[in-house]
Amino acid sequence: GASAAEAHSVALPAQAQVVICGGGIMGTSVAYHLSKMGWKDIVLLEQGRLAAGSTRFCAGILSTARHLSIEQKMADYSNKLYQQLEQETGIQTGYIRTGSIFLAQTQDRLISLKRINSRLNVIGIPSEIISPKKVAELHPLLNVHDLVGAMHVPEDAVVSSADVALALASAASQNGVQIYDRTSVLHVMVKKGQVTGVETDKGQIECQYFVNCAGQWAYELGLSNEEPVSIPLHACEHFYLLTRPLETPLQSNTPTIVDADGRIYIRNWQGGILSGGFEKNPKPIFTEGKNQLEIQNLQEDWDHFEPLLSSLLRRMPELDTLEIMKLVNCPETFTPDMRCILGESPLVQGYFVLAGMNSAGISFGGGAGRYLAEWMVHGYPSENIWELDLKRFGALQSSRTFLRHRVMEVMPLLYDLKVPRWDFQTGRQLRTSPLYDRLDAQGARWMEKHGFERPKYFVPPDKDLLALEQSKTFYKPDWFDIVESEVKCCKEAVCVIDMSSFTKFEITSTGDQALEVLQYLFSNDLDVPVGHIVHTGMLNEGGGYENDCSIARLSKRSFFMISPTDQQVHCWAWLKKHMPEDSNLLLEDVTWKYTALNLIGPRAVDVLSELSYAPMTPDHFPSLFCKEMSVGYANGIRVMSMTHTGEPGFMLYIPIEYALHVYNEVMSVGQKYGIRNAGYYALRSLRIEKFFAFWGQDLNTLTTPLECGRESRVKLEKGMDFMGRDALLQQKQNGVYKRLTMFILDDHDTDLDLWPWWGEPIYRNGQYAGKTTSSAYSYTLERHVCLGFVHNFSEDTGEEQVVTADFINRGEYEIDIAGHRFQAKAKLYPVTSLFTHKRRKDDVELSDLHGK
Amino acid sequence: ASTPQKFYLTPPQVNSILKANEYSFKVPEFDGKNVSSVLGFDSNQLPANAPIEDRRSAATCLQTRGMLLGVFDGHAGCACSQAVSERLFYYIAVSLLPHETLLEIENAVESGRALLPILQWHKHPNDYFSKEASKLYFNSLRTYWQELIDLNTGESTDIDVKEALINAFKRLDNDISLEAQVGDPNSFLNYLVLRVAFSGATACVAHVDGVDLHVANTGDSRAMLGVQEEDGSWSAVTLSNDHNAQNERELERLKLEHPKNEAKSVVKQDRLLGLLMPFRAFGDVKFKWSIDLQKRVIESGPDQLNDNEYTKFIPPNYYTPPYLTAEPEVTYHRLRPQDKFLVLATDGLWETMHRQDVVRIVGEYLTGMHHQQPIAVGGYKVTLGQMHGLLTERRAKMSSVFEDQNAATHLIRHAVGNNEFGTVDHERLSKMLSLPEELARMYRDDITIIVVQFNSHVVGAYQNQE
Repeated sequence: GASAAEAHSVALPAQAQVVICGGGIMGTSVAYHLSKMGWKDIVLLEQGRLAAGSTRFCAGILSTARHLSIEQKMADYSNKLYQQLEQETGIQTGYIRTGSIFLAQTQDRLISLKRINSRLNVIGIPSEIISPKKVAELHPLLNVHDLVGAMHVPEDAVVSSADVALALASAASQNGVQIYDRTSVLHVMVKKGQVTGVETDKGQIECQYFVNCAGQWAYELGLSNEEPVSIPLHACEHFYLLTRPLETPLQSNTPTIVDADGRIYIRNWQGGILSGGFEKNPKPIFTEGKNQLEIQNLQEDWDHFEPLLSSLLRRMPELDTLEIMKLVNCPETFTPDMRCILGESPLVQGYFVLAGMNSAGISFGGGAGRYLAEWMVHGYPSENIWELDLKRFGALQSSRTFLRHRVMEVMPLLYDLKVPRWDFQTGRQLRTSPLYDRLDAQGARWMEKHGFERPKYFVPPDKDLLALEQSKTFYKPDWFDIVESEVKCCKEAVCVIDMSSFTKFEITSTGDQALEVLQYLFSNDLDVPVGHIVHTGMLNEGGGYENDCSIARLSKRSFFMISPTDQQVHCWAWLKKHMPEDSNLLLEDVTWKYTALNLIGPRAVDVLSELSYAPMTPDHFPSLFCKEMSVGYANGIRVMSMTHTGEPGFMLYIPIEYALHVYNEVMSVGQKYGIRNAGYYALRSLRIEKFFAFWGQDLNTLTTPLECGRESRVKLEKGMDFMGRDALLQQKQNGVYKRLTMFILDDHDTDLDLWPWWGEPIYRNGQYAGKTTSSAYSYTLERHVCLGFVHNFSEDTGEEQVVTADFINRGEYEIDIAGHRFQAKAKLYPVTSLFTHKRRKDDVELSDLHGK
Repeated sequence: ASTPQKFYLTPPQVNSILKANEYSFKVPEFDGKNVSSVLGFDSNQLPANAPIEDRRSAATCLQTRGMLLGVFDGHAGCACSQAVSERLFYYIAVSLLPHETLLEIENAVESGRALLPILQWHKHPNDYFSKEASKLYFNSLRTYWQELIDLNTGESTDIDVKEALINAFKRLDNDISLEAQVGDPNSFLNYLVLRVAFSGATACVAHVDGVDLHVANTGDSRAMLGVQEEDGSWSAVTLSNDHNAQNERELERLKLEHPKNEAKSVVKQDRLLGLLMPFRAFGDVKFKWSIDLQKRVIESGPDQLNDNEYTKFIPPNYYTPPYLTAEPEVTYHRLRPQDKFLVLATDGLWETMHRQDVVRIVGEYLTGMHHQQPIAVGGYKVTLGQMHGLLTERRAKMSSVFEDQNAATHLIRHAVGNNEFGTVDHERLSKMLSLPEELARMYRDDITIIVVQFNSHVVGAYQNQE
């Protein structure tokens, strides 16, 4: 009552090292892990009572079958943690190992399950693909006649989620964490971009670190700051049904059923069942913000639940006579890309976030809490969590309207079939190039990255557009021929790709400050003559890639830096964090100022020289060179002799007001050289066959340049220290433990076999050796090419050992696509000889075709 | 004996008939701030006569604020309702214009400059405008505004909406009458103006400007306000009086306007002079002109007019014309946030449905599923199977709502297809719509409906301002 609350307010400490907001599974897990790692001065604040929010209502299903490896690892760790929690704390958590069964009503669903199955097995989570008959043996009530198969994960479990949170809280509290309930955080105090304390309704607490685990209120709490922290998530109503026990009560270890094609999950619950699902027409809630009153009075909505109930009765017809106990309405939080949000704010140091669980809070709670605690204590987590990092979003994906629309797409997507290369349909056309309408009118099909629309490929006018949008497949996609002709044009003539989405920064200084800071932050030598472009990594202390960029030296004192689209927030935060406070050193984000056109192909040089009246041959314009010049009527176009694909050509960085002019000129002059538009699918095919790795996909914070054959881009002896140098020196001495390798699939039939995507296990001499990171069909090699890391796990101990070029070359490799292993040839360097031969032959044909 | 062959329309055929004339207009929002108290409107017509004699109009006043919406029920042909539907709003708009604007327009006409646009029409593609008469109509309108300019003393600038509506109605009817008397050298036009004058039309027109809602009614169409009570239920507020025999005050008026000895003959069998159902109407010069004038015009008129027995026929007991007026009764209502919509409809709707049902059906349609009480299990013993059955049934019941994207269409579906339980019976609907033309008129009248939706936020904001 009131007196208890008063007592707390007196007891609230004036300062702490860490303040955690939120007493659900996330907050308690972070507190538990921080205190385990030796941090003691921690305060956890809960606005209501512990574990009384979504955590209390959660269905309590722990499932390790996830699409992302990092999610599988988090769930696996959670499983192991919860299992021993009762013993550790003496608090009953309701943990029961039930196993779970994922049903497939269609062949495509079975393929999807097989892919997950392959990946679970290699990280040591037992699972198997089983027949419908076996399903019927495992669960007494299931109707299996419409199934084509299923996946059984025997070690999955169910828990009482509120009790798990209470157990974590109790253990944390024994380790010294102070927990206060009925205490609301009003806002976080920040000084000079650093957390200084927390304002609560019971007074202030000074602190160095703040952790926002406020669940569905995390967005609001982030906005309450003077300098808002964008945490893009949004709640939807979520319904599940509880029944009275069956006449013959269900065994407590009856497996959990996930019938994704029927959009439902079913677990046993006190002899009866608990069943909910993810409907096609979600009901977003709390768009206008926090409403405590509303959450107390959420209504059951049976009419809304009707399709899921139908689905349940179809799956378990015998439940017809089972008595209803209640329909629970428990809002769940969803994020714009279906992945949870973990990490530090790009703007406020010491402001950490763990929220947005997309209905998998119990599965992720343990692992996510651990990674966040590691991040805070060690400065980085032990796994690559870029896919979950808060910095993958900018403030631009945080409008209420965007979130409301997007989560309405995301929630049904949880159970939709995830085929390769799907794109979100909602929240689109937010950031676009000035050429968007022009390209769209010419048949561009679009994908979105970091809110930016990018062309995938261009549909020729005679193609049947409707048919093209329909087929979503794990096999050869319908755009195959379209991309082929774009790739062919890049090889033989010239294509233009709008690459405006790339992140572009300018770093300038009055003196040598810019050069000095870049030399420290980047591994390659940037003290190059003006006009040169350097490929280089922005490394962390461990030598891992924080960013992979191309930097052009515009003048003695200014540099132009190009990095991947989704680096806009992350790279900015990293540079800001590591650059000295110096008013003579200026960092500017100029992404929006330039439209970038990539002219790829042997005739790019002809187009450009005709438009600029300047000689563009390699003698005058060598590779990796940057010049400001005029193109058509427009002045001041930054022309760079690079294409991000290994093909000849140029990148044009065009001030946006000239974009349409330059594009029109390029297209009209290019006509006689056979110019056409191309998209990112063509680009990907070109760059992967040339073994060009991309940050965020192939490279991450835990991979070093030495591990991907980029020794040449590291200048260990450039005359000064740089970030990651020590780690690289050591690695050079000790050898690497994994190596990025290119695989060419051998016995793979492009027309009939499943296509690789990414995340496929790699087997070396029959032993698991790593996973692929990206793949593409090479139209030149007429083979699939996958990139992936090869490890050397000791056969006896499983320990990682040094990987040498010899080790790579002496292996026999297979790539596992949904349970089927395809032979592959490993390459450490791109297959150049093949290309040159092919190109010369094709050149002849082309010149015949056009004449002169 | 042979049983007549059963012929029913399939649901898609029914829908295509019901939707053929539907029209929706949404008032555009500007930067998310909708400044109009009108969200938009849905309208639709279902013919019983062939061709249909009802007309509808909707337009936004461009020189003054406000929106005009009207339904027009024609009789003895569609000429008069057609003319009123395309002319009346101009007369109203002109009556509402300030002196300076009138001068500006007149000067523009005089000097051949471009005219200020007065109305923005919201028309269904099937809505017809008589191009041939537009010059004639324009000249009459111009004469009207010239008179308005001359009459203006320059003293009062306040324009009274009620007065403007009354003047516009009366003036248009007067012009219709005059045009027929004067005739036109063009024989087509000459015949047209006569047909307009000898046929008739009722009119029910709403003018919405902010929270000020005026309804001007002449005849037996009706304007009904849908009010949502605090408990969510719906009630109907009538904003117009029917001008027919069911209206005591109208009976009284007619008796007072004519000598005592006509008291029995002026309304007979609930009809004006035993002939006309509505007691007020446009046109219908047979009930307005003296017998002399009627004879003279008909004799000098074209042959087609002379051959028409109906036109030549003089009403019985015709002693002291005029018996009929187009003067409207104007009601004013100040909109409140609970006033959600306005239904304007011709008597074809009101004779098949009670006003309370009309408002409930539209209200429930506009607010979606809310009228179905949510199901709660609390305390009862319900099995999954029972619940499933109940939900499936509820969904089937709802499906008729989702078939329609237009509130007026939805209302027509109910008006024509309702069974004794107040739900749409497809078989009945199909039968009614399959009736051959010559039979349709015996079972129902033309139905024309406009449903105007109000923006409660804007209305509420107006209220708070004052």
